[in-house]
Amino acid sequence: MQWSSAAEFFAMGGYGLYVWGAYAVTAALIAAEVAGLLRRGKTLRTRTRGGR
Amino acid sequence: MNWLRYSSPQTFYPLAGKMVPWFMGAAVILGVVGLYIAFFAAPKDFQQGDAYRIIFIHVPAAWMSMFIYLVMAFWAGIGLAFNTRLSSMMAHSLAPTGALMTFIALWTGAFWGRPTWGAWWVWDARLTSELILLFLYLGYLSLVAAIDDPRRADKASAVLALVGAINVPIIYFSVKWWNTLHQGSSVSMTRAPSMASIMLTGMLVMVFAFWAYSIAVVLMRVRCQIRDRERDAAWVKQLEGS
Repeated sequence: MQWSSAAEFFAMGGYGLYVWGAYAVTAALIAAEVAGLLRRGKTLRTRTRGGR
Repeated sequence: MNWLRYSSPQTFYPLAGKMVPWFMGAAVILGVVGLYIAFFAAPKDFQQGDAYRIIFIHVPAAWMSMFIYLVMAFWAGIGLAFNTRLSSMMAHSLAPTGALMTFIALWTGAFWGRPTWGAWWVWDARLTSELILLFLYLGYLSLVAAIDDPRRADKASAVLALVGAINVPIIYFSVKWWNTLHQGSSVSMTRAPSMASIMLTGMLVMVFAFWAYSIAVVLMRVRCQIRDRERDAAWVKQLEGS
């Protein structure tokens, strides 16, 4: 195990801003892409059902 | 088995639907394992401390950004040569995920460059050619969106995709051809990787996670595309919200 406490884990040896800044934006973009596709699929299904 | 059967949107649509959960599931499992290695199993780097942990998303995203472009250009070319609708839809579906991977590579690179180089951005050959890749993806997507007739959009965008493919080897070899601040590759086909094996393992697991993820979302998107573009076909009307 690399970390002796949660605080140490989040601090990332002083590089917390950079490591978490990189990971957070990546996670947010991936979540947004999946959410957008699920929403688009739902819209298309509704349209088919509506006889369009 | 006749694989060409799946080159028609009607037969590919349900097949893609069956594949999505498998690839998404694989992406989640590999992602969890990869992140565990990245943050708990892999030790601090002796030079870069914990800042190097960005590698576990930076390299997979950068590789995918280039690989997706080549796959996109391939399908665009097939669509252009054989006039197959599904190929063009595949190319269009790959572009947003490719652009996303390119952006992630640039973003994570900036957040890695700042603590290690002291700069968010430098105009070196690797960074600049990767930025051009982002503009190629965005240009491709704008071109597709700007042309009303989908079949004409397929053809025009395919030409752009094929011409732009020249940029991919430029990105890949930029660290060799020019004197870049960006380091050379740590992993290559011809020699042993110059990184600790646990770090390499974590990185490769993340590469496969990104790979599975990309396949899953591209299949989701191509299904949307098929449903949208073939909406007047009888088989789509019969889907009835399934």
